[in-house]
Amino acid sequence: MAAKGSKLRKSAKKAPKKVTSRASKPKKQLVLVATRKGAWLYHGDAARKTWRADGPHFLGHIIHHLVLDPRDGKTLLAAASTGHLGPTIFRSTDMGKSWKEAKQPPAFQPAPEGQKARSVHHTFWLTPAHGNEPNVWYAGTSPQGLFRSEDGGVTWNEFSGLNHDPQYRAWMGGDQEGTPDGPNMHSVIVDPRDPQHLYFGMSSGGVHETRDGGAHWAPLVDGMEVVEGFDAKNLTFHDPHCVRMCPSNPDRLYQQNHCGIYRLDRPAKTWKRIGKAMPKKIGDVGFGIVVHPRDDARAWVLPMDGQTVWPRTSVEGKPAVYETKDGGKNWTRQDKGMPRGQAWWTVKRQAFTGDNSNPVGLYFGTTSGELWSSSSEGRSWDLIARHLPEIYAVETASI
Amino acid sequence: MLIASPLRPYTGADEVALQGATLGALLDDLEARFPGTRFRIIDEQGRIRKHMRFFLNGEPIFDLGQAVKPTDEVAMVQALSGG
Repeated sequence: MAAKGSKLRKSAKKAPKKVTSRASKPKKQLVLVATRKGAWLYHGDAARKTWRADGPHFLGHIIHHLVLDPRDGKTLLAAASTGHLGPTIFRSTDMGKSWKEAKQPPAFQPAPEGQKARSVHHTFWLTPAHGNEPNVWYAGTSPQGLFRSEDGGVTWNEFSGLNHDPQYRAWMGGDQEGTPDGPNMHSVIVDPRDPQHLYFGMSSGGVHETRDGGAHWAPLVDGMEVVEGFDAKNLTFHDPHCVRMCPSNPDRLYQQNHCGIYRLDRPAKTWKRIGKAMPKKIGDVGFGIVVHPRDDARAWVLPMDGQTVWPRTSVEGKPAVYETKDGGKNWTRQDKGMPRGQAWWTVKRQAFTGDNSNPVGLYFGTTSGELWSSSSEGRSWDLIARHLPEIYAVETASI
Repeated sequence: MLIASPLRPYTGADEVALQGATLGALLDDLEARFPGTRFRIIDEQGRIRKHMRFFLNGEPIFDLGQAVKPTDEVAMVQALSGG
């Protein structure tokens, strides 16, 4: 007993160190799930083993994207519509306890003479802007348009002249010219070194870049392939599904395209199809791609079947994530914990994401309403939730 | 005006008395009293959204310029399809 007491006193002397340790304890993980019928917030413990469901929020509303502002850690934006009402943005600053609607959601201005006027069908993508631009957000819409808010999502305006530029209008396509379910502007990316340097993807319409805050834009599609028989010089045929910038190296971009997996190392302008190193029977078709937050050689994809009529389901009904640790030279299958067969999942481009923890957590949601996670960088997978509505988007935040 | 159920969280009521000489003017009044409603019914180019329907005294109307009288009854309903 005496010895134990001695140990206790010894520990007590080290109390300040313990306090420091408590102050820096790992943050809890939040997984934000947007579905065709509402939104859910999943609160995880620090180990990311147990999850508490908070939802549904907006039951019956179509939630296309749900994003927490990492700059203030409290502003939550939800891109919403319903089957009947027009699109809007909802905001919360109390982690979803209460929501307020944007006073001026994204909406196109009247078209210049000679152009067909467009109406926003839904906001598809939300991106918080640069860390030095608090309250600034970007939004990509369908039909394709780029919008910006400077007041934390309360009011939105068209950004730059892009939405009415004749050349970009042609590349964006109209209601009838784009993909039948609506062309989407997505992957709005802000260079952490320069708020004037932005990228976005158009599905379809290619990848584009500005280095002067939207005054000028330029396509960035060299090396990207298009569907066989079409002319790659015509940007309307380019279909990037998801573009990610490596946080540890903003000069490195990864892209999951309708026609393969790519990597681009700036200042080069030609994408390299790294998906050719994927196993032949799996292919390199998919929607989302996740990059490691601290290692620019590591990325994950979730292959979809792109044969003949493009089922876009797990290849052979056997879902798997593939990881590269060398920038796309080699890929390793990761499917431990997933069904071994008869699992015909589709995972949409916004529904595959990662967190910033160590080890990195990976998350994806299926169109059949299952939410999966890995707290081991893909080595094994666990089901967080099932029986949800069709999952459109999955995002993470540390709180 | 009979308010479609998706908009009742804005109005707090299933019927609202509105002022205006046209359907468009009624919706302007609705917006003034319940901000945010109009854009969810009418798009930014002034078109009635495709899943919204209006009836004037039981007859369908499709034009925001449709004249209405103080004694008219206007119904706004949703027209959903699919699941």
